[in-house]
Amino acid sequence: MRHIISILMENEAGALSRVAGLFTARGYNIESLSVAPTEDQTLSRMTLVTIGDERVIEQITKQLNKLVDVVKLVDLSEGIHIEREMMMIKVRAEMGMREEIKRLSDIFRGKIIDVTDTSYVVEMTGDSSKLDSFVRAIPEELIIEVVRTGASGISRGPKALTL
Amino acid sequence: MELSGAQIVVQSLKDEGVEHVFGYPGGSVLHIYDAIFQQEDVRHVLVRHEQGATHAADGYARATGKPGVVLVTSGPGATNAVTGIATAHLDSIPMVVITGQVPSPLIGSDAFQEVDTIGITRPCVKHNFLVKRVEDLAETMKKAFHIANTGRPGPVVVDIPKDVTDPNIKVPYEYPSKVKMRSYSPVEKGHLGQIKKAVELMMGAKRPVIYSGGGVVIGDASAELTELVQKTGFPITNTLMGLGAYPGTDNQNIGMLGMHGTYEANMAMHETDVLVAIGARFDDRVTGKIAEFCPHAKIIHIDVDPASISKNVRIDIPIVGQVKSVLNDMLRILTEREILADADALDAWWKQIESWRAVKCLEYPKSDEVIKPQFAVDTLHKVTDGGLYLTSDVGQHQMFAAQYYPFDKPRRWVNSGGLGTMGFGLPAAIGVQMAHPDATVACITGEASILMCIQELATCKQYNLPLKIILLNNGYMGMVRQWQEMFYEGRYSHSYVDALPDFVELAESFGHVGMRIDKPGELAAGFEEAFSRKDELVFIDVVVDPSENVYPMIEAGKGHHQMHLSPQQATERELA
Repeated sequence: MRHIISILMENEAGALSRVAGLFTARGYNIESLSVAPTEDQTLSRMTLVTIGDERVIEQITKQLNKLVDVVKLVDLSEGIHIEREMMMIKVRAEMGMREEIKRLSDIFRGKIIDVTDTSYVVEMTGDSSKLDSFVRAIPEELIIEVVRTGASGISRGPKALTL
Repeated sequence: MELSGAQIVVQSLKDEGVEHVFGYPGGSVLHIYDAIFQQEDVRHVLVRHEQGATHAADGYARATGKPGVVLVTSGPGATNAVTGIATAHLDSIPMVVITGQVPSPLIGSDAFQEVDTIGITRPCVKHNFLVKRVEDLAETMKKAFHIANTGRPGPVVVDIPKDVTDPNIKVPYEYPSKVKMRSYSPVEKGHLGQIKKAVELMMGAKRPVIYSGGGVVIGDASAELTELVQKTGFPITNTLMGLGAYPGTDNQNIGMLGMHGTYEANMAMHETDVLVAIGARFDDRVTGKIAEFCPHAKIIHIDVDPASISKNVRIDIPIVGQVKSVLNDMLRILTEREILADADALDAWWKQIESWRAVKCLEYPKSDEVIKPQFAVDTLHKVTDGGLYLTSDVGQHQMFAAQYYPFDKPRRWVNSGGLGTMGFGLPAAIGVQMAHPDATVACITGEASILMCIQELATCKQYNLPLKIILLNNGYMGMVRQWQEMFYEGRYSHSYVDALPDFVELAESFGHVGMRIDKPGELAAGFEEAFSRKDELVFIDVVVDPSENVYPMIEAGKGHHQMHLSPQQATERELA
């Protein structure tokens, strides 16, 4: 099953490589990993999407917790949560297709943020499956480049992953 | 007090109460070595290879419980230390390894003797630090010792660029008395509710087994474990790492379990209804085939590391906490509630165990012609009255020592259990002897293992360490040959060590005493003589039967009830 694990860790050099290294060393899957500093300069927030059965996920969270730099973590998938990912997709937009892609982008609530005679760049946010659907909806031969940030997530309601 | 970075390194070791540092100098640590030269509180032990330094510090830590300290230079100094760091990591041994690094401005430039020590050691340390500013040095040292020595212990690397130890840059020094890290707070006490549940389950058991591991030794909980075993009357089996935590010669001890464990221990594991795992980690060499592991048992697991729980085997009652604290709570509950075990069931269980014990799985053929390796270890036990600090290398001799040299006290058996590092024994013995100068320290080894760190004989000479090295010389990499015999139809691919040195002359060339024993009748007298030489290192080349194998044996991937008791006898067939 797919899990979104949200991690607060010390904003130290090498912290990211400890997490990435752990996944390689123990043979766990990483679907995506996104990391950035938080409002507290000393902390980084990492969102990690992984796939595994219950047992594997339990080990992953325990092993992550064991890393000295990890301050706190939560498996967002255990509760109700919001997931968002941002994508920028560059597509060939010529002749008849210009209108078609614009319409498709509107349906998915995307924004066209770059326009040339022959191309668009569409910006889109949503959960990862929505972005997948948009990519599938565009004819494959029109896709020039896809850039995705990887998922980030936050729990619903007043509860939060903070210190 | 204003100190340079180099002085801070040494002063913080002093403030940490460190008496011995095992190391080898080089360019990036010269400032630190200069600071070491100018003081007398911290004694530096010069090894002959950085791997030796790590194993010596490791041996020191295993024998004392105090963290071992290593000092090596950048580049090859650090990479040579990696095997020893990984060895300590897999056996949860507290160690602080200080590595020099090229000066900060050169980091990343492929400078002379530069490697990414933090990157290379990351997967085999508990934690590591790169110290970027001299102002951070004292606090980092404090954190390193704190992390190494608390929770589930392990090695911590502190990588220090040369400019950080510059003797001309001095900063105010104060060694922190405490350290608080928001991201690191190991558990101390176990959950009382869980402990109560565990006690109830245990005392309701019909066929209980206590299975204890290295965590009891490392957690200094031997006395508590002994009390629990004696109070409950339960049988106990130890892992390779846990030998000595409960007296090996006591009748309630049914021996080591696992691949080369006793018949009675492995059968008891197979038949038990309640398994109490204490400071043990369900290693594959212990469990065999997971699907057939303790098929009838509810399992209680006490461990300080939450990640150890249900890692390999599903646990019914996990208790996360320091083994010592949890066992004390258990003992208190047992006393307060006056819960008694089911005496009839326990009686029947012991009868069953005694019937397994009657198989005498550790019997071996006697010989007047050749020295059987088992006989050599047996004789060693008799001659030394079981009182040795015994370090071991890795292979058949290690298993023979584990089987035939019962330890009655913890921290007496020092071996590389998890990583299985050949070359560990001799340098580890150096560390043990440094920690206990008046104790009798011996190293049991094979002719293949000993050559992996043979250079440390020079260290022994320099510090007059009167070790006794017992080489069970069968002319083969015995364990490799055993597997090739059993699973590769006797194709002995590269397990024969051709062109061995004359070990007697080799020892003598290092300034030690060399002896060779090749007749069973001369073994006891030979050992007596060797151990009577209190002030000299004696290297005893014991020529043993080259064809002897280690039994009992469970093949990798088989269940506990599927043992080979000898080349002719396998329990699988009998029990089917």
